[in-house]
Amino acid sequence: MTTQTPSQTRPLSLASIGEGTRYLLAGTLFGIVAVKSQIISWYRIQEMFRFHSFHMYGVIGSAVLVGIVSVWLIKRFNVKTISGDPITFQDKAPTYPRYIVGGTIFGLGWALVGACPGPMLALLGSGVFSIIIVMIGAYLGTWLYGLLRSYLPH
Amino acid sequence: MGILEFLQQPWAWYVAGPLIGLTVPALLFLGDKKFGISANFRHACAMVPNNVSFFQYDWRKESWNLLFALGIVLGGLVGSTLLNNGEPLQIAAQTQTALESLNITFDGELVPQQIFANFSVGNIAILLIGGLLVGFGARYAGGCTSGHAISGLSDLQLPSLVAVIGFFIGGLVMTYLLFPLIF
Repeated sequence: MTTQTPSQTRPLSLASIGEGTRYLLAGTLFGIVAVKSQIISWYRIQEMFRFHSFHMYGVIGSAVLVGIVSVWLIKRFNVKTISGDPITFQDKAPTYPRYIVGGTIFGLGWALVGACPGPMLALLGSGVFSIIIVMIGAYLGTWLYGLLRSYLPH
Repeated sequence: MGILEFLQQPWAWYVAGPLIGLTVPALLFLGDKKFGISANFRHACAMVPNNVSFFQYDWRKESWNLLFALGIVLGGLVGSTLLNNGEPLQIAAQTQTALESLNITFDGELVPQQIFANFSVGNIAILLIGGLLVGFGARYAGGCTSGHAISGLSDLQLPSLVAVIGFFIGGLVMTYLLFPLIF
């Protein structure tokens, strides 16, 4: 009944601390880029939705382009992870109401607070502490979705 | 110009965009992890004992993402202090004019201080409701800007494209139709 795999019994082993550090560093680099490219700015998001500047489109467009080429190369050359495990891809279920309705609801909030989840975290690190109110809202919104999920079209 | 002064300038889109794009293969390479930040809000729900089926899974297995999120906060700190030259933000004059007509004055900060540093009931409601829409919408759509617009599009997922179109429909409706009613 109480049998557990070693990884469950030792969640804080040295190996997992080392592995965790990688993700902490990757996040730190992402956070620095998010601040330095100003994509965490409420004003930059307004500029984007008003089509007054190419900046945000340049950031997102070139990110997607680099992402597409990277994923293609990983698939083409069957690249493995650093520990030699296969890299997997899963197709998203083609049921569209959730993507268009959920996406639109997300977009309404994105424009209002001028930040999506990644930038919220970078803003917190930048000392914009009122973003905590936004994050509390996002947390409550996540709860609300969990409670209503079975009643929503997907 | 020293390297620090160089890095302290705002980074151009063609520098920042590719670096953000590289997050996708970096996380795949580090451990077959999918770049998606809003999932952390779900993990934070799953940490609290509850009976909601959507939150019944072992969030500890996703702790890499919580560490990634913590890293973003640290990156925000580094980017805004060590790598900050203190110059005010610059945005398009047209955007400043458009916002001025909504009585939002451009102040050169990252976020408008009149909304984010003035804790009126109205402003708190804006921040809370905006956050609620982001959190609810991201889970309903199964991802946010990172999960759909970056990760999903990188893997040429049509559902992600539909979600991104939704992000823009919502953003345009908010900006052009609802901002005049809210501000």
